[in-house]
Amino acid sequence: MPELRYGKAIGQALHDAMSADRNVVLFGEDIAGAGGSFGVTRGLLETFGPQRVRDTPISEATILSAAVGAALSGLKPVVEIMFMDFITLGMDALVNQAAKARFMFGGQTSVPMVLRTPHGGGLAAGPQHSQCLEGWLAHVPGLKVVCPATVADAYGLMRAAIDDPDPVIFIEHKALYAHKGELADPPAAVPIGRAAIARPGRDLTIVTWGAALHEALAAAGQLAERGIEPEIIDLRSLQPWDEGAVLDSLKRTHRLVVFHEAVTAYGPGAEIAARLGEIGFDELDAPILRVGAPFMPVPFAPSLENAYRPQADDLIAAVERVLA
Amino acid sequence: MERRRSTASSKSASGPAASAADRETLVGLYRTMRRIRSAELRLAELFAGGEVPGFIHLSIGQEAVAAGVMAALQPADTIASNHRGHGHCLARGVDLTGLFAEIMGRDTGLCRGRGGSMHVADMRIGMLGANGIVGAGIPLAVGSALAHQVRGNDGVAVVFFGDGALAEGVLHESLNLASLWKLPLLLVCENNGWSEFSPAEQQFSAKPLELAAAFGVAGEQVDGNDVVAVLDAAMRLRAQVAGEGPRMLECITDRVRGHYEGDPQRYRAGTTRELTDPLDACRRRLRAARVTAAAIDTIDAQVEQEVSAAVDTARAGAHPKFAEAAADVYSRSA
Repeated sequence: MPELRYGKAIGQALHDAMSADRNVVLFGEDIAGAGGSFGVTRGLLETFGPQRVRDTPISEATILSAAVGAALSGLKPVVEIMFMDFITLGMDALVNQAAKARFMFGGQTSVPMVLRTPHGGGLAAGPQHSQCLEGWLAHVPGLKVVCPATVADAYGLMRAAIDDPDPVIFIEHKALYAHKGELADPPAAVPIGRAAIARPGRDLTIVTWGAALHEALAAAGQLAERGIEPEIIDLRSLQPWDEGAVLDSLKRTHRLVVFHEAVTAYGPGAEIAARLGEIGFDELDAPILRVGAPFMPVPFAPSLENAYRPQADDLIAAVERVLA
Repeated sequence: MERRRSTASSKSASGPAASAADRETLVGLYRTMRRIRSAELRLAELFAGGEVPGFIHLSIGQEAVAAGVMAALQPADTIASNHRGHGHCLARGVDLTGLFAEIMGRDTGLCRGRGGSMHVADMRIGMLGANGIVGAGIPLAVGSALAHQVRGNDGVAVVFFGDGALAEGVLHESLNLASLWKLPLLLVCENNGWSEFSPAEQQFSAKPLELAAAFGVAGEQVDGNDVVAVLDAAMRLRAQVAGEGPRMLECITDRVRGHYEGDPQRYRAGTTRELTDPLDACRRRLRAARVTAAAIDTIDAQVEQEVSAAVDTARAGAHPKFAEAAADVYSRSA
């Protein structure tokens, strides 16, 4: 199987989708000539031309709203917001327009748009370029939210997102763009809403997604040396999310830790923990624990950011508590 | 829906000699305006009687803008409207019964009772929806114009917004982007002088056409209560939009019944714009075109009957089922 980088896999998926359907268009800030801040769309302008691959001015609200209008008018736009923090400028388009058009127009239409945007820290990018805001969007009925952690999922979920008739938020991670992995030929389909067992185990279940998956795998390696075998569920999709897969795993392990980079308070882990408390209470041998970021802005200084970001050691400490 | 035929004679019995509105067109425009007026007056009654839930924003006094602009459009065109959108919907040709049923919260409504007055849409005729967020239709129309351009379908996108939306940032972003990309976009500013409860001059420090011009977007200002003036300007601008890029049409009009139905309009004392009622103005044009008063009265009576029948049918419509609504948030479930 050919090996490639996560960012390249997304670019490959865009390329293949654009080849398959001429209604797929791309626009965003510096995605055409410059190929995107992280190089994901490099080469697509040359291949598909300036009608379908466009640089926009720095106008996030209009980028996102125009994507909605284009999607209502026959296109399948894939737009980029350069950092997830900047979606704040376009929340009307996402929350009031894209999410609601199908429902509030009585099912007359759907909004087949994709928003690509990177979240997460680790680059010393500071408080306004590092946030994980996926919980905001997963809270809005009408939006779908996916968050791939691997090369194969980056490709497969992008193809699924573009094929989906509803608006999909495709969340990338800045620290994963250079991550390498294998992509089958032809690549496997990855349906939205389906989790994957990233590492089978028996002693507890760890639910995670995005770059945190790789921290969790590192933690699992260390735990295995001590004879503890966690099962790691890569959720991959946050809305809808695969509660059945988590419950199945919990039935085997009877212990659950949710591990994510977003702020813990009111974060996605709260939903997962609450839901499993409702449907899996009888399976639990210990309280469900959440490991996420503290309730503070993402700090800039690398020493501060390191302390801020949830890492393998934090997860191991939580695992020890649920096994105690 | 009355659409002016492109082959229509340019001879007009009244008004500027260059007008595109012949007698037949004028009758159609009047009927459209009458339909909007009658429908909205009926909505006001239904609202007062408790048959229309929530709140509604009436466009009484602004009918000529909707009728005139829509008559200049083509079937491929797409329209983004706003919270005061009943007139736009009716002028474009949405089903009268479907409109009433929607606003009365019925399953037989255009949006199955899920949207209501501020979200009436009919994708089949390019009506991309009224909108509850001031200014939000503007960048939506930018995207729709982009779709016309990319797909090369000769359509244009049209957005209606009030002077209150001039202060929204998305207008400024949209003017810039539409101008850069020469998008087929017609921006129709319905300048009724009021941003909710505040006079326009206290809310916006620029002039709409000067703002547009700063982005290289040309335009025209017309008497928005003269349907012929609106039609003629919209015809000119639509032709330019299709070939050259965005244009703005500023229509000076008046919002007769306040921001929302039931608005006591205390803020308005002594500041009323002295504008001719657009239906009266059109009647005078019809009379000058030798349409008899009796013929006009017949149109009024026909429209009244249409509206009554639509209300009766809408009232008899089934109420929406919650389970069906709840199951329709997504097109495709996981």
